[in-house]
Amino acid sequence: MTSSFPKLLSATLVTLKLVSASLLFGIFLGTLFAILRTGKNKFLKAFSYYYSYIFRGTPMLVQLFIIYFGLAQIEYLRSSFLWVVLKEPYWCAIIAFALNTGAYTSEIFRSAFETIDKGIIEAGKSLGIPNSKIFYKIKLPIVLRQSLPAYGNEMILMLKGTSLASTVTLMDLTGVAKFIISTTYKPVEIFIVAGSIYLLITFVIHNIIKFLEKKYSFNN
Amino acid sequence: MKGIKKLILSIFASLFLISSNTYADNIKIATEGAYPPWNSKTSDGKLIGFEVDLANILCGYMKKHTCTIVEQDWDGMIPALKAKKYDAIMAGMSITDERKKVITFSQGYADEVASFAVMSGSNLEGIKTPVAINLSKGSNSATLNTLKKALAGKTVGVQTATIHQNFLESGKVGKVNVRTYKTQDEVNLDLAAGRIDAALAAAVAFTDYSKKSGKNVVLVGPTFAGGEFGNGVGVGIRQEDTGLVKDFNKAINKARRSGKLSELATIWFGFDASM
Repeated sequence: MTSSFPKLLSATLVTLKLVSASLLFGIFLGTLFAILRTGKNKFLKAFSYYYSYIFRGTPMLVQLFIIYFGLAQIEYLRSSFLWVVLKEPYWCAIIAFALNTGAYTSEIFRSAFETIDKGIIEAGKSLGIPNSKIFYKIKLPIVLRQSLPAYGNEMILMLKGTSLASTVTLMDLTGVAKFIISTTYKPVEIFIVAGSIYLLITFVIHNIIKFLEKKYSFNN
Repeated sequence: MKGIKKLILSIFASLFLISSNTYADNIKIATEGAYPPWNSKTSDGKLIGFEVDLANILCGYMKKHTCTIVEQDWDGMIPALKAKKYDAIMAGMSITDERKKVITFSQGYADEVASFAVMSGSNLEGIKTPVAINLSKGSNSATLNTLKKALAGKTVGVQTATIHQNFLESGKVGKVNVRTYKTQDEVNLDLAAGRIDAALAAAVAFTDYSKKSGKNVVLVGPTFAGGEFGNGVGVGIRQEDTGLVKDFNKAINKARRSGKLSELATIWFGFDASM
């Protein structure tokens, strides 16, 4: 029992790496696609609409399997430079997770963009502030603040989503917990420990978001 | 109010009666359904394979039991047996000392030898070893050393929680990168895709895959038995169910004597793997 703690802790590191990398790539994708969605170009608008539609409308496990097992079936891909990345289960998982969280994040940001009061933008324009400055100094801060609660939620969902990584041979927290159970036959104890570690990480994420929400509260 | 109380009580009572009733003569046998030719599934979800047929025959012999065959993922196989989700395991599970610490086995019904496999054209294809080794008999250090050299720095895929994983992690063939999969199907897919340099499993699992998929998977090195690989495949049963072990042993004896066991093995494996 006690000998499994170091194994679970090093697996926690794998989980943390997966979450942070996916969220990092995901937030870039999310911002990009939210801007495209609210922009004027019809083609890009449709593209980002269907991106979010497809990735939110299919299970993440299926997306992961298509990227990991599916793409590996294509001979052409296997002989291309892309195989260097796609060969590694770690990158396949990050690609799948980032695309998934990117879709949800783009929806969160889009709805935040749409809630911005038109009066604020008009006020900026009437003061002669250039469009790029309106975007960075007015729109983006409002969007980020508006999105905080929903985005915190998405971070927690992503954390739990990484437990799928064990299905493509990555030994994350869930994968290692399952492996320990298959050799010690103690499902209750090990899953409770693994669950508690997830809860602890959630606790940290939750409190960071709570702190940020307070700090950037509109009512100050 | 009183009426409702009575009704609820009687529902509970009847549930209790039903559940205690079904346990006595209906046994559930678990299989994985993902380890052909031992056990697998047709595209419409029906369980088939050597062990599914054998389970039906054994149940036919055990007059006091009726049987249901259920499906269970490999990595939860033993915990779920202990949690009484079912009463017996027939899933290509080798009889090993390590497993015997937690469950008990019937006598073996079939022999399983393990082997490494690679894609045709791999530089591992040329390794020269004896045809078969038994880790419990004689000295195999020369063969193991050859494998150690050939596998140094290679990535080898295995199904999780198997004798094959235990063997690779025992260090007998040096330090290889072990990648673990939930099912043998996934090991085969990644071997064919070139994500792993070699794979280790029951030899028949590879020959079966090669035949069905048309992929050029070839066996390399010796076949393994004994030691970590255990001694044959048997029915896994909870340690306290000694009566059920006896029933299975009797039924397996009967299947062997009647020739049914070797007949089934020949159908599914292409050679007589029964024991």
